[in-house]
Amino acid sequence: MEAGTITPAGERPNALRRSPAARLPDRLLRWGLTALSLGVIALIAYFFIRLLVESEPIFKHESVTDFLFSADWVPSKALYGAVPLIAGTLISSAIALVIGIPVAVATALYITELAPRRVRGPITLLVELLAAVPSVVYGLWGFFFLIPKLKPAEQWFADTFSFIPFVGGTVTGPNYFVAGLILAIMILPIASAISREVISTVPSEHKEAALALGATRWEMIRMAVLPYARGGIAGGAMLGLGRAIGETIAVTLVIGNAPVTGHSIFQQGYTLAAVIANEFGEAASDPTHRAALIAAGLVLFVLTLAVNGVARAFVIRAERGQRVARTPAAGMAG
Amino acid sequence: MSSVAFAPISPRRRRVDRLARGTVAALTLLALIPLGLIVYYLLKQGLGAISLSFFTTDPSGSFLGDPGGIKSAIVGTVVMVALASVVAVPVGVGVAIWLVELGRETKLAHTVRYFIDVMTGVPSIVFGLFVYITLVLAGVGGSSFAGWKGSVALGLLMLPIVTRSAEVVLLLVPNQLREAAYALGAPRWKTIVRIVLPTALPGIVTGVLLAVARAAGETAPLLFTAAVVNATTVNLSDRMNSLPALIFQNVGQAQDRLVTIAWGAALTLVMMILVLTLLARLIQRRSRLS
Repeated sequence: MEAGTITPAGERPNALRRSPAARLPDRLLRWGLTALSLGVIALIAYFFIRLLVESEPIFKHESVTDFLFSADWVPSKALYGAVPLIAGTLISSAIALVIGIPVAVATALYITELAPRRVRGPITLLVELLAAVPSVVYGLWGFFFLIPKLKPAEQWFADTFSFIPFVGGTVTGPNYFVAGLILAIMILPIASAISREVISTVPSEHKEAALALGATRWEMIRMAVLPYARGGIAGGAMLGLGRAIGETIAVTLVIGNAPVTGHSIFQQGYTLAAVIANEFGEAASDPTHRAALIAAGLVLFVLTLAVNGVARAFVIRAERGQRVARTPAAGMAG
Repeated sequence: MSSVAFAPISPRRRRVDRLARGTVAALTLLALIPLGLIVYYLLKQGLGAISLSFFTTDPSGSFLGDPGGIKSAIVGTVVMVALASVVAVPVGVGVAIWLVELGRETKLAHTVRYFIDVMTGVPSIVFGLFVYITLVLAGVGGSSFAGWKGSVALGLLMLPIVTRSAEVVLLLVPNQLREAAYALGAPRWKTIVRIVLPTALPGIVTGVLLAVARAAGETAPLLFTAAVVNATTVNLSDRMNSLPALIFQNVGQAQDRLVTIAWGAALTLVMMILVLTLLARLIQRRSRLS
């Protein structure tokens, strides 16, 4: 029979096996790449430990609660209370989300659902180009253009709507609002890209069903698209928040760098990232001040870690939800 | 048409629909305004600063006299980003290959993926702080700021971007290609080097270019690793100037001529990054994968 001519592997065990020498490159590759990957983990762990160790002098100088919950940041008097910094970081990022996310979702909806096919590509590219502008250029533009041009409008708004909390009062040039606005522009590309991705996964069966039932385009978006994409949009917003919290140079240039918690969104403030960039020169000779800045970096690190963790959970849940939702639709199509 | 058979959409619903669609389109337009304004101001303020000598002289450092050009900043940015790429690209692609070809769905691979994700989210200034602590404060290779320390900070920033983008592209390489290579008796390393990598190359290059563009525009990690100087140097153990750091320093000077230099430098930087970004998109579009 034909099969008889094939030599059973048992008789000549080495015929199909590579010699140990020939297998060496594979082993080297495997171990080399594994070591590289383990190196990444070790690096991040080392990173975290060093931040902890190097921030220790500040916690000898004052307690952790004093650092986190006291409101006076006066390096010349050796007072290091991070409240104005943490508050400034959160306020400016919150403003960025309030302004940036609706606009990002609108661009995503326009590109995926409403725009004529011809303009989709160009608009997508233009929104992505916003991400190519470096932070320092946003800062430069904000400092010399946005601050002077916006100030009269901000003053008018503060006077007219002074009954709204955190709005009334005098307006300073650099302030939380300008920083939030710049951050909103900076997080727009990522929030828009993720929203677009999620919205494009909405099954066309859902959309067609809504339209077939007589919904207008907007009703279709409101009833079929947005509920489906909600989780993913929230994830994109959280990723944007992570970016906004850590953004340094642009914010440093437009927030005023005053270590106080302003009474309105049109007053000066400071952020965790800005204080590090700004006070590093003077802190070089003062170990306590330096440790305080490193501790600020540690708080920033933990904050972004938490926000990104939540964002990932949102995105993963959204993806899982889609897989479940897509299955019956795919079954019907088959 | 068939609408005869149904009740027409009420005027109120029609109005709401038109209003909502108009709002969405208006917000999209609003999103594009900042880009237009930034480009307009960059050209308006920056073009005036640009001349041949702008690119061929160093910043003079004098507050009142001729402010000089930006040669040292361009050289510094190119040298530091190049060194960062030389380290970050092989490591980043290596980790991606391990994740896709060898680690796959093992527990270790998930952990590595998690840590790469963490790295993506770390603010750039925290990377700068890390390099400052481990290399500048600890006095590695001289207890001062140095170009190569700036490169390390930029490399750390680039690494997760390179890995994530390479991983995505490697996953797109069809399994049949790998199986065909194995069936022909190719060992694993040869399959990866000769089949998988060449197929994924355009996508990997796109990711690398985007990472380079990102690193070139970063200011925060350079401020306390490479610092700011005036003189041109290619010696990586000296302090090194860079375009973003120069712009940041000049904005704070409140002196018109220095600010003009900053605008010119910003225009130069944005042009460099724009070319990289558009090149990346072009290669991506040409790629057969995806």
